[in-house]
Amino acid sequence: MNNVYVKNIVRFVLLILFQVLILDTVQFGGYVIPYIYLLFILLLPFDTNKSLLLILAFFTGLSIDFFENTLGLHTAAVVFMAFARPGVIKFYFPTLEHIKGEEPGLLKLGFSGFLKYIFTLVFFDQLLLTFLEVFSLHDFFQTLSHVFVNTLVTLLGILVTVMLFTSRHRKRKY
Amino acid sequence: MRNLLTFFLKHQFFSLFIVLEIISFVMLINSFSYQRMLSFNAASDISGDVFNTYHEIAEYFYLKEQNQQLLSENAHLHNLLFTNFFPPDTNYRGVKDSSYLYIPAVVIRNTVNHINNFIVLNKGKKQGVRKEMGVISDKGIAGIIIGVSQNYSVAMSLLNTHSHISARIKKDDQLVNVIWGKNQRQLGMVIDISAHIQLSAGDTIITSGNSFIFPAGLNIGTVRDFEKSKNHDLNKAKLQFCTDFNSLHYVYIIKSLEKKQKMKLLEGAENE
Repeated sequence: MNNVYVKNIVRFVLLILFQVLILDTVQFGGYVIPYIYLLFILLLPFDTNKSLLLILAFFTGLSIDFFENTLGLHTAAVVFMAFARPGVIKFYFPTLEHIKGEEPGLLKLGFSGFLKYIFTLVFFDQLLLTFLEVFSLHDFFQTLSHVFVNTLVTLLGILVTVMLFTSRHRKRKY
Repeated sequence: MRNLLTFFLKHQFFSLFIVLEIISFVMLINSFSYQRMLSFNAASDISGDVFNTYHEIAEYFYLKEQNQQLLSENAHLHNLLFTNFFPPDTNYRGVKDSSYLYIPAVVIRNTVNHINNFIVLNKGKKQGVRKEMGVISDKGIAGIIIGVSQNYSVAMSLLNTHSHISARIKKDDQLVNVIWGKNQRQLGMVIDISAHIQLSAGDTIITSGNSFIFPAGLNIGTVRDFEKSKNHDLNKAKLQFCTDFNSLHYVYIIKSLEKKQKMKLLEGAENE
């Protein structure tokens, strides 16, 4: 039980720092930014209290906004994503059983399951984020393509990150 | 009242979601215009300290580039030295005191890939930085200070949708405005060009000095493309910024010493 708290606090700090210090300032070309910090909300245990989920999302977004000088922008998007999370899990995996403190990770959901879970939620986040940031429906399709590109890049970044850490756990077992 | 309460408790998840979203949107309103950003102080010492610590480590990777920049700027300043010119005519007595003060600052964080980009600098209130001061690089203007904390300040980069700079075409002194051409990466837009003006690629755009933020005559950029539109009176042109935002390491914050006086004068004139 204690382990879950420590793990998530460490993960929160590392992901936020990685995001604001490195990912946000590195140039991948164009407006492309992988938002890997979303992983913190995506990987919270299945049995996290729904209201707690929203509050954690609120503070995650707020921390990013605090560093980015965009107060409210990421907060709105991440809270929206957290709101959608229980529904998305129920929709994709209606019969999934889980033990206490288990995470919706790559091993639990399987590769394709994990992929569609991440894609859907990141897409929700990016949709709100980008349209709030641009704040106009002018060039609608360009903004939408922008949403898709950032979603895919984020997805790729998250997969790489998760795989890196999963393989390490596996190695330890053997 | 009790019904309302039970409703909220029953739909706790949904109502909490709505409440948090409303809080986010209220905060978000602060970033919708330049004026709002200015009234809401974005800078903080905590984020500044984090960026500064990281910058101190990462700085070593740019040392070579930074040295080169400083070297070329030093060379440029050497050329301006008094001893390099002819001795002044003793009959001429034009005494001019300085009206702008330059505060050197280090860029501790800079983004270019966001829709609204900001530059974080390592000088703040204690070093005399205030809001609405100009930020210039060695090559041209770079942004405007919008938030200051005790030791750090945040500047709105030219690569920001709210950036709007009063400018002048160098060759014929016509007033124009410069904004960010959002769809072209790191290119600006010269807007409000009167119909009779013919620009060509390579023409220099400089600051007008009308806003009291930048002194007149600083480089903003050079014209890349000029297209005459048929149905508008005011033309647009694409602009290549002089400042290279990808390698922005050292900047100067410009303090206008006459700003208050000028503002007062302007206000007085408007009231009459």
